[in-house]
Amino acid sequence: MRKTKEFIIEKLILVCGLASIFFVVLIFLFLLKEGLALFNIVGPLKFLFGKSWYPISEPPQLGILPLILGSLLVTFGAAIISIPIGIGCAIYIAEIAPLKIKEVLKAGIELLAAIPSVVLGFIGIVTLVPLVKNVFHLPTGLTALSGSIMLAFMAMPTIVSIAEDALYSVPKNYKEGAFALGATHWQTIWRVMLPAASSGIVAAVMLGIGRVIGETMAVMMITGNAAVIPNSILAPVRTLTATIAAEMGEAVVGSEHYFALFAIGIVLFVISFAINATADLFLHKRQ
Amino acid sequence: MRNPHRTQKIAFSLLFLATLLIVVPVGIIVVIIIQKGLPAMSWQFLTDIPRQGMRAGGIFPAIVGTLYLVTGAILFALPIGLLAAVYLSEYSKDNILNRLIRLAIVNLAGVPSVVYGLFGLALFVVFFKFGASILSGSLTLGIMILPIIITTSREALESVPQSFREVSLSLGVSKWQTIRHIVLPNAIPGILTGTILGLGRAAGETAPILFTVAAFYLPQLPDSIFDQAMALPYHLYVISTQVPNVDEKIRYGTALVLLAMVLFMNLIAIIIRYRFRKLKKW
Repeated sequence: MRKTKEFIIEKLILVCGLASIFFVVLIFLFLLKEGLALFNIVGPLKFLFGKSWYPISEPPQLGILPLILGSLLVTFGAAIISIPIGIGCAIYIAEIAPLKIKEVLKAGIELLAAIPSVVLGFIGIVTLVPLVKNVFHLPTGLTALSGSIMLAFMAMPTIVSIAEDALYSVPKNYKEGAFALGATHWQTIWRVMLPAASSGIVAAVMLGIGRVIGETMAVMMITGNAAVIPNSILAPVRTLTATIAAEMGEAVVGSEHYFALFAIGIVLFVISFAINATADLFLHKRQ
Repeated sequence: MRNPHRTQKIAFSLLFLATLLIVVPVGIIVVIIIQKGLPAMSWQFLTDIPRQGMRAGGIFPAIVGTLYLVTGAILFALPIGLLAAVYLSEYSKDNILNRLIRLAIVNLAGVPSVVYGLFGLALFVVFFKFGASILSGSLTLGIMILPIIITTSREALESVPQSFREVSLSLGVSKWQTIRHIVLPNAIPGILTGTILGLGRAAGETAPILFTVAAFYLPQLPDSIFDQAMALPYHLYVISTQVPNVDEKIRYGTALVLLAMVLFMNLIAIIIRYRFRKLKKW
């Protein structure tokens, strides 16, 4: 009796162990199920590189190039801001800050990671958007730049905590060796610690960027939502994620528009899968 | 020649500046929300339904909706996540399957939240015909927080010393009994931490509930798990972008309640982790 019970429990454990694989596959299958139907109507190339997104005009034009460029622009801006600041902060926390301050800083970073994105979006609307508008004398502050700044903040916790981990796990004797040769602390950090932690730092940056590409609410609230090919960072843009979030509510189940939004979901899924798998490879290399 | 000590001074100042650039805005954000949100706080705001097209009244249905969603998500994710962690920590061997599971967890954690929303719509709302309901939303959120629960529970289980297991097994106790009576009890604080972090995440997410449960304006409480419901994060989105002329006080008040809820859960998680570290006997 006890044997059977244990047998059942152990099988149940195995099934749950496999659950995450099951769910990843399930997510992908259901995106494909709803999204691939689009390609009977619009060719994949025309979908990816089509220059106009007018899903409710007649006939609908379903080219997502403006959305891809919008996502890229916002992500690029966020990366430029968040990578140097994030890595700098990670070095400061890992190497320079005294123990007590270190704990406070880490708690602050965790706090930032915990703030819901819709709250950050709201704060962006009331503080950042008017600021950008006034500084650059624009008709509206809802621009790619505002989105980049906000997203940079959302990428920061990921970049800082993973990069700090990477720096922390550099063997102590590397550092001691550099000190023994008369190097200053900064020289040690720059020439020894950073190169030794490089694969972890690369992973940190990639995961940070992955977070930025997938972020939805804040970016939808403050980038202005104009589905046109952006001509400057001070223009309103619309990202892939924001398009899904903003339009799915109105799309009729089974319509071309509905299929197209799922097809965008496939694109996002593939991008995030590629980024996460590669970052994991970099993290794994370190161990 | 450049003076290495001066270079160091400049470099360290820059690093300090970078740190300030992150930490100071975080502080400012929290202070702004508390300062402007507190005047809105009243018993009526917390317990009344929204009135006059959400321009007056309270946010009670949104708070209740979020509590339902979070409870549903954890009821689904905790058993699966915990057993998955037991598998990874106690049963799996270092083989290709283990690598695959790890990769799947990493990717599950990285899937954009709006893609979870699409998935929930396709599977629960349309395919299983649950409709836009608390059930669909909870299941979607549950799958989303699964990686958090698996990862933290696994860490908690793995931090139980190997010798505990060996002693138990050497007394003739079976493997499952060892896990059930020795390993799990010692890992509870860590598992609890992960669960609460998962709760906080589920409470704050908006994109996964957009098309699976969230109601734009529903001034009543849901009767069953097949009903739509309001939710705090979606409500904040609605009143700050979709409805014009909402009193600023109500917006900040809603943001404060949501932020307080999420931070409160994180605080509990941090306290448990801290006390556990102190009490740890090994």
